[in-house]
Amino acid sequence: MAAEVAAVRQETPKVRTLELAAPDWPGHRAGQHLDVRLTAEDGYQAQRSYSIASAPGEELALTVERLDDGEVSPYLVDEAREGDMLEVRGPIGGYFVWDGDEPEPVLLVAGGSGVVPLMAMARHRARTRATAPMRLLLSSRTLEDVIYREELDRLAAAGDGFAVVHTLTREQPRDWTGYSRRIDRDLLAEVAWPPSESPRVYVCGSTRFVDAAADGLLELGYEAESIRTERFGATGS
Amino acid sequence: MTVVFSRGFRGKRRDGPSDRVPPGQYLTDDFPVLSAGPTPHTPLEEWTFTIQGGAEPVSWTWDEFKTLPSEEPTVDIHCVTRWSKLDTSWKGVSVDTLLESVDHDASYVVAFCDGGYTTNLPIEDVTDGKAWVAYEYDGEDLDPEHGGPARLLVPHLYFWKSAKWVRGLSLRDEDEPGFWESNGYHLRGDPWLEQRYWGD
Repeated sequence: MAAEVAAVRQETPKVRTLELAAPDWPGHRAGQHLDVRLTAEDGYQAQRSYSIASAPGEELALTVERLDDGEVSPYLVDEAREGDMLEVRGPIGGYFVWDGDEPEPVLLVAGGSGVVPLMAMARHRARTRATAPMRLLLSSRTLEDVIYREELDRLAAAGDGFAVVHTLTREQPRDWTGYSRRIDRDLLAEVAWPPSESPRVYVCGSTRFVDAAADGLLELGYEAESIRTERFGATGS
Repeated sequence: MTVVFSRGFRGKRRDGPSDRVPPGQYLTDDFPVLSAGPTPHTPLEEWTFTIQGGAEPVSWTWDEFKTLPSEEPTVDIHCVTRWSKLDTSWKGVSVDTLLESVDHDASYVVAFCDGGYTTNLPIEDVTDGKAWVAYEYDGEDLDPEHGGPARLLVPHLYFWKSAKWVRGLSLRDEDEPGFWESNGYHLRGDPWLEQRYWGD
């Protein structure tokens, strides 16, 4: 279905959010993705999948990271502007979703732009005043690469059971008090709930990131079935 | 239907030869990974491959499996997330070879895997030289992240049908949706018909 770029917002130097006006959008669940199709003047088409950043009920929004070798993401991040048209199809996926009606604590673990579908869950929690406690562990390379930093701070400041923990893996500001290393078992042990509290876990990032986080959680005693993962390869989008 | 043009979009035109790359796909040299949960690491001494649902269940240990006659298919693969990869080389056992040991008249199979993943296939899609249980990729043991020690290989369907960490086949009379097929993805998944999602 047709969608119009309603607004764009630069999140980091490589990442941009596009708000889309899609009158026929049927709605979605937090964590789902959609397909974007671009058509060039001569009819050539390219399509890729992107996670939905907005909560169910909000205006549809995508947050896209530019992959330098990519075909669709450079257009979405650098070229598309208000009023431009594209096509979307979805929502897609029924597994990597959180509906907010379960009481179990929710652990979100994100590497870089892997935060996007998890942000939809955090926004959904805030919008619906869901009471399940939620923690987001977000690994970014530098402070300026942290996507949604101000909004995450605001959500955490609300004091309603949402917390965000940052780790900066490449470069830290001089006064940085957060973590400064890649996610491993010990870091997870400090941030995650004990497995006995039956948390639901959503991990999203590169394959290497997801494997490191999931393996760490398994070592801590998490059940494999409680860990939902979404991976993006180093190619394509 | 009106075509929706995206102003200023040119694209990289990596759609490849149209007789080998299905519609809506682009070519990659990488080998991206998709899976819904942690990567299982089953020790080979605990690994078995089982066909159930026939007259008698049949099972092979890892050592037994590796003595079965193997084939080395070179095939093109197509992921529903739109990448395609040409001329990938594998080594494994044809599903035809495995089914020779089983007396059955099933119409469908469900592949089951470590990690709880399942996928459903009509029997015609895994017989007559169309499917393998592969344990080598590009001359090396198959990496766990790509489904090792062994994965199903059904290259003429979208690659989610080539179930990673496969541990057996369950023979069925009726089609029964597997994991992705219960979560929005097409029951059969023919890339040439773009059977990606429910409703395609």
